[in-house]
Amino acid sequence: MSGLPNYHALKVDAAKCIGCTHCMKACPAEAIRVVKGLAVIDRERCVDCGQCHRVCPTRAFYVEQDDLARIKAFKYRVILFPSVMIGQFPEKYSETQIYDGLKRIGFTHVFEVEQPIQLLIDSVNEYCANPENSRPAISAYCPAIVRLIRSRYPSLTENLILRKAPHDLAAHYAIEQILAEGAERDEIGLFYATPCIAKIASVKSPVGESESIVDGIINMNQLYNEVMKVIAQDEVEANSQQREDLSNEGILWSLTRGESRHFGSRSIAIDGINNVVRFLERVENDQVHGVDFLELRACDQSCAGGILLTGNRFLTVEKLERRAKRYPAAKDISPAAIKVNLEELKQKLVIDSVSPKPLFIFGKDRVRAMEKMNKAQRIVCFLPGIDCGACGAPNCHALAEDMVNNKAKMSDCIFLQQMWVSEDRINAQKAFLNVRKKWGTNRFKADCTKRGRRNEGF
Amino acid sequence: MKLTYNIQGGDFTHAGQPSSEVKKVLKQLGIDGLIIKNIVIALYEAEVNVVAHAFRGKVEVEIDENKITVLVVDEGPGIPDIGLAMQAGYSTASKKVRAMGFGAGMGLPNIKKNTDELQIDSEVGTGTRVKMINYFS
Repeated sequence: MSGLPNYHALKVDAAKCIGCTHCMKACPAEAIRVVKGLAVIDRERCVDCGQCHRVCPTRAFYVEQDDLARIKAFKYRVILFPSVMIGQFPEKYSETQIYDGLKRIGFTHVFEVEQPIQLLIDSVNEYCANPENSRPAISAYCPAIVRLIRSRYPSLTENLILRKAPHDLAAHYAIEQILAEGAERDEIGLFYATPCIAKIASVKSPVGESESIVDGIINMNQLYNEVMKVIAQDEVEANSQQREDLSNEGILWSLTRGESRHFGSRSIAIDGINNVVRFLERVENDQVHGVDFLELRACDQSCAGGILLTGNRFLTVEKLERRAKRYPAAKDISPAAIKVNLEELKQKLVIDSVSPKPLFIFGKDRVRAMEKMNKAQRIVCFLPGIDCGACGAPNCHALAEDMVNNKAKMSDCIFLQQMWVSEDRINAQKAFLNVRKKWGTNRFKADCTKRGRRNEGF
Repeated sequence: MKLTYNIQGGDFTHAGQPSSEVKKVLKQLGIDGLIIKNIVIALYEAEVNVVAHAFRGKVEVEIDENKITVLVVDEGPGIPDIGLAMQAGYSTASKKVRAMGFGAGMGLPNIKKNTDELQIDSEVGTGTRVKMINYFS
């Protein structure tokens, strides 16, 4: 599969979307607008964090994935999955039963991606030890965070640690092992079970890489359902050798503090994209001193809170923490047990560079940009400032910016329209048609399924 | 383009708001990241000075094609000896302010380091006026 530039797996189902604006307001990148009553995602701005998917009351966001049947094209069918997958199954199923379930649905090899993690730990430590690299070093583990930094904090791009995520390591590692079994490279099909949409995008169009080595992506919730259909109800005999390099550290890697506990003399772990945004503002202002490592994850509870998981995130964390206790420390897994060329594998962990991709600018010409900003500031003075979203933009500022970029009109603001009607500047019918054009005729029909999100805090 | 902000003396919780907002504007104008960083550091230090020492202050920012001029004017005790205050490590900050992690005596030297032009006028008992200019190229 060749790398598709700027791939996004998230799509909006026009039949389900009711244009309720929840996603638009939750989006940390201000990437969503409601156009003709439907949510539209700006492909350039989207960082794949999945907040929109989380808050949608009608489940209108869906995630594109590859057909599981595609695995049949390969003789050696490998499923790569992060450890959080194991944490979701009900207590009564053992690891062996889950592994066995994955084989029953057609995979020949089952690999948890966080092995051999010591290679990655060493590699990141090497990177952090180099005094020439910018401080604080920021982990490039979470692809949504990498996208966020490139577009919104371009000056911090140089702080990103140029090392790949465990799934890249695991893919190479799996290939090496299966080749050692006597397979031909084109007989091996690698499939990645993803906990979130950001990983899908990073596997399909990796930052700093020309091509992905994975042949297909399966959403973790679908894989979970498939396994649950066939899983043995009683303990089965262990039939997988692919867990021998799995360690305590590997299992905990995708959870909050999974990385930060290993690196730097002062490190911070932050989960939840809004928390990350607030902290990066400080880092960008140079108000964070002495911290040398930052682990930043878009989801609350890190990958245990991924949008494609089935289990409750807190239960998943607890299960994985208990599971990790049963596994050896990464440093105690002797390299002799790892049957592949370690040096070569280590080389493959290095990313050449990540370039900034600033998006929140008003064009390249500074004079023109200043004119636009001035204009946007003047427009804001006339808007109500309540960020109601009825214009189809997430807040009044965003609407003003859209206006100066010719993507919206003054009449999109229903407050201004009301005022104009009262001043006889436009007639009431015209004003109504404007709103109907924006939101579609369905918004004005009586329909009991047409509802916003209920307060679920009670 | 003009931007103005008020600063309340003693309010450390909200120190940094003007610098953050100026940063957003400069980013949207596509100004070089390193230059933005200098401006933000200098303005933040100036803000903290007002918060730590003065009763209240005002930030006036003017951005034109080639430069940004930041004027921070406060009503406060003023600086008796500006030369001394410019020395690294010199501080008159109270114990309370130092306990919050401010007042290390690096404020003015840091502002100096991060601005292209700096002018400080002060009248004891009345207040201080800090004018900072940074060029975009």
